[in-house]
Amino acid sequence: MTTPLKMTAAEIASAVAGRRMSALDATDAALARIKQHDGILNAFTDVTAERARARARAVDTAIASGKKVGPLAGVPFAVKNLFDVEGLPTRAGSKINRDLPPARRDATLIERMEAAGAVLVGALNMGEYAYDFTGENVHDGPSRNPHDPTRMTGGSSGGSGAAVGGGLVPIALGSDTNGSIRVPSSFCGIFGLKPTYGRLSRARSFPFVASLDHLGPFARSVSDLALAYDAMQGPDPDDAACTMRPVEPVTPLICEGLGDLRIAIAGGHFQNNLFPEAVEAVGRVAKALDSTQVVEVPEASRARAAAYVITTTEGASLHLDRLRKRPHDFDPAVRDRLFAGAMVPAALVDRAQKFRRWYRARVAELFESVDVLIAPATPCIAPKLGQATFVLDGVELPVRANIGIHTQPISFIGLPVVVVPVPLEPLPIGVQIIAAPWREDIALRVAYALERMGVVAAPSPRGL
Amino acid sequence: MAADPLDDYIHAASQALALPIEEAWLPMVRVNLEVSLRMARLVDEFPLPDDAEPAPVFVA
Repeated sequence: MTTPLKMTAAEIASAVAGRRMSALDATDAALARIKQHDGILNAFTDVTAERARARARAVDTAIASGKKVGPLAGVPFAVKNLFDVEGLPTRAGSKINRDLPPARRDATLIERMEAAGAVLVGALNMGEYAYDFTGENVHDGPSRNPHDPTRMTGGSSGGSGAAVGGGLVPIALGSDTNGSIRVPSSFCGIFGLKPTYGRLSRARSFPFVASLDHLGPFARSVSDLALAYDAMQGPDPDDAACTMRPVEPVTPLICEGLGDLRIAIAGGHFQNNLFPEAVEAVGRVAKALDSTQVVEVPEASRARAAAYVITTTEGASLHLDRLRKRPHDFDPAVRDRLFAGAMVPAALVDRAQKFRRWYRARVAELFESVDVLIAPATPCIAPKLGQATFVLDGVELPVRANIGIHTQPISFIGLPVVVVPVPLEPLPIGVQIIAAPWREDIALRVAYALERMGVVAAPSPRGL
Repeated sequence: MAADPLDDYIHAASQALALPIEEAWLPMVRVNLEVSLRMARLVDEFPLPDDAEPAPVFVA
């Protein structure tokens, strides 16, 4: 009988580097947890046990011979199955991609995590082609919420949320185009970082919407989130959008405290379409940060609409050939959205791209007078699996279309966000801590301060 | 009953783009297109100056 993870990544790495625990033992413990609990969570689509043990032995050998190991020595981690993993076809949640040849090289971010000593233990379930907010998958079955397996994990990085929320691994990687890191973080009660657009390399990951795709980490503590993020930073010529900025480590900065940071609550769009639990979560975070100022993010609803248009049309462009050749092999819900996306007139897409630049300039002005914005991550706690609608203010609304309503206007202009989990009963819910471009350090500082105050925390999984 | 212009548009666009949309799929394609066009209309209604530049490659 195994128990969910009790150690943070930082604690595992310290124990492994100090030879109080072997990397192999840490890896075997993760593999045992996966074996024990993944039948419920359905987080993993591939478990790379042989590779993981070989990698762990290499870390142990390096330590035994006195070689310097990285800050993630022996830390097990897993990746959404749109990351290339050498030897596996990169399925990206689809049936069609399983016919691809096995990847010949790992994604850049896996290489960087392993260079820091981490040990890849597998690939994770996700919504088909990342066009999803639920974590449900018609081919592999849904990933299930670790606090209540009858509920959604959120998506599209659903397996990442389940694996970290369920304590199978301390760190997972995922992608976020419109909210796919932030939504599962909220529903599964964990920390998630969607960095600035262009900060982390996307090389050798399966794309969705090139101008909106981000990769980032999930963890059960802010320190672990920062450790993983620092390990993955740096320019990469294999991703055209990856910044040439030098590595800017945040781990030494997160404990600097709130200082004189100007923290405001996002108003307007971000205070509408909320269930009471989301209002409560934002209120708790704002109170802890002594934040009372409410600022309007100009035209945020229209920004969400523009993100929707760009997503559906760029997504359709990506999949046009597959739609023609293998329409029966798609999840019907994804296929029908992509067909529709292919028919949106180009003039309207161009308008959305022009609006995007206008909106980015207005939000940049806003960040001249504030350093941090607080906003809900999701309108509600995790809905039931298969739930199609919810009733809000007496109006029945579709679940799928509205889960990401508060995340989309933020990723639309690439702002860095840390989602912090507020451990409400019966289920946790996340709050977005949003900073100006390239200021992940500020968002993480605020998240760390909230964690120290005990306002936010990743609750133990109650569904296992 | 006269054919709905949006249905006509879907038929014409699917032929022009060689998209093999089966009859049974049409209702959901239509629902999704209606949502996409509603979203696009929200953006379209926003007045932008003639010199507004698009952001096809986004830089944060």
